[in-house]
Amino acid sequence: MEPVREVTGRAIPFGRKNIDTDIIIPAHWLKTISREGLGKGAFEALREDPANIFDQDEFKGAPILIAGDNFGCGSSREHAAWALLDMGVKAVIAPSFSDIFSGNAFKNGILTVALPQEQVDRLLEVARTDPLTIDLETQTVTTPFQDRFTFEIDPFRKHCLIEGLDEVGLTLARDTAIAAYETHQAADMPWFAKGTGLAA
Amino acid sequence: MASRPRTLYEKIWDAHVVETRDDGTSIIYIDRHLVHEVTSPQAFEALRMSGRKVRRPELTLAVPDHNLPTTARLDSAGHRLPIDDPQSAQQLAALERNAPEFGVHYIGATDVEQGIVHVVGPEQAFSLPGATIVCGDSHTACHGGIGALAFGIGTSEVEHVLATQTLLLKRSRTMEVAVEGDLGPGVTPKDLILHIIGVIGTAGGTGHVIEYRGKVFEDMSIEGRLTVCNMSIEGGARAGLVAPDEKTFAYLKGRPYAPKDEDWDKAVAWWKTLHTDTGAKFDKVVKINAADVQPTVTWGTSPEDVVPIGGVVPAPENFADPSKQDAARASLAYMGLEPGQKMAEVEVQNIFIGSCTNSRIEDLRAAAAVLKGRKKADNVKWAIVVPGSGLVKRQAEEEGLDKIFVEAGLEWREPGCSACLGMNPDKVPAGERCASTSNRNFVGRQGPGSRTHLVSPAMAAAAAVTGHLTDVRELMG
Repeated sequence: MEPVREVTGRAIPFGRKNIDTDIIIPAHWLKTISREGLGKGAFEALREDPANIFDQDEFKGAPILIAGDNFGCGSSREHAAWALLDMGVKAVIAPSFSDIFSGNAFKNGILTVALPQEQVDRLLEVARTDPLTIDLETQTVTTPFQDRFTFEIDPFRKHCLIEGLDEVGLTLARDTAIAAYETHQAADMPWFAKGTGLAA
Repeated sequence: MASRPRTLYEKIWDAHVVETRDDGTSIIYIDRHLVHEVTSPQAFEALRMSGRKVRRPELTLAVPDHNLPTTARLDSAGHRLPIDDPQSAQQLAALERNAPEFGVHYIGATDVEQGIVHVVGPEQAFSLPGATIVCGDSHTACHGGIGALAFGIGTSEVEHVLATQTLLLKRSRTMEVAVEGDLGPGVTPKDLILHIIGVIGTAGGTGHVIEYRGKVFEDMSIEGRLTVCNMSIEGGARAGLVAPDEKTFAYLKGRPYAPKDEDWDKAVAWWKTLHTDTGAKFDKVVKINAADVQPTVTWGTSPEDVVPIGGVVPAPENFADPSKQDAARASLAYMGLEPGQKMAEVEVQNIFIGSCTNSRIEDLRAAAAVLKGRKKADNVKWAIVVPGSGLVKRQAEEEGLDKIFVEAGLEWREPGCSACLGMNPDKVPAGERCASTSNRNFVGRQGPGSRTHLVSPAMAAAAAVTGHLTDVRELMG
């Protein structure tokens, strides 16, 4: 994963609440065996409207998306994160995110920034005309107009993003602890250890 | 730790901690992993690219379900029929290749055990009480119905589980949904969970694991508990749980992957400790009165948009939250409904009975009980019944349910996810309505422009008979 420290640029002032991952990427785009090229299907139904915000010249390729409450609810499809990445989005600002989506976003180096609704409203206003800066190190979102909002982020996620760490590699390095768990589980709860081996 | 009263969730969590970092992130051991064709190809590919293996292949079970057509899979000579859609065929072929390459047990598209992952897991007793269960599908919450801590994950996490048999997680907050009293006649677990989602909202359970408690759940069948837990994610909760009990043990005993002999006794002894201790605290508590729950339908494009069948389409201006007013206006425009319209007068052209929420034998029995000796209405153009697995299908046929469906004018299909998400050819045409036993009424969910009304199997059957959303109690007894 590429390290993420700062995201600066135009932000799409989308603002809608309860955007589910079916809206972000409809199911027929899920028949791929690759992670690439899903940007074309991002927000497909909304983009049928020629006046949609995503295809306005000034927001095309914008690295930040501003949305409403509960962004990314519904299906666990990581294709939603891949589609956003492919359309150039590197950070999403919203009052709240679904648990699964924020995990998927993080694993693809997309920052999810949760801020109170009134701060999101202010950023929606600024984003119409001006760029925003998200600084992960200081956990702040700033505008050219002296707005400065701080956000919370899980310290482990922050560390992984800034260092560009591979989570699978990190966990594999804990092999001794995992093996020790497996040994005691095999003794205490042998039925769990058998899995599909049992019916053979 | 043993002295402090704990919730069921905390007990399962504590039993699976490999280690906890200073920042509170834990490595959690995963006991069971279900894999299907749509969210796994990129995970297997990533393993291949990095030269990594599957750590414990016997703890993963692969079965295709999402985009398999539900029409006949074999010709009259018993040869496998090709899948028309090249992309779906490619995804299926990838799973057929990946499972043996990585040593994972694979249930094939034409095996009798094939079905929707969330039906197959409990049915094979691959899913067990007290287990941590994951799958690249948000309805994995379903397996909470047998007392497992089960939740959906993304494809990067699928890769993580395959490679390490663990996930990096933070402890969730806990939420109790306590239901007092009994459900009335004609009111099913599906109506109850729709009602609960209406009360808590689609983000009500975000960051939480829900435990469903009260006599209603103790009295409920395992199938019903699976239905309720399945839709926890529609209330924002990644997982839902019902404490395992004698019913759970009786359901699992003797199934293919259930523990045997001494292991069974040992397992049951532990499972009996899996309940929330007296005095344990939940972070959030919601109380529901079962008597308030009516046969329930959705009117909008979010699962929280529920109303009793006797009710009317709500007026957007009556919602207190201005953003909800806007959302309701957009939903009504999409759904083609007017405020004040009676729900029971809304005509439907399509019926879908199936999905991981409602495709088990009990669901099919409930639908057949309504359809027996009746015909579907003429305005219902397309009505399909899609059993959750080949074993459910076989059982239903042994009970003669398939004949009841066919005689009523419904189609009897092969198992799979089908019209729940319209990845396979089973789609609802644009602008048409579907009374659907699935779990999501999102914009375009059952096909572009489709209009979904979520209902119970009995209510879907009633709508098939009358051609409009109908209070099933009017057709009972």
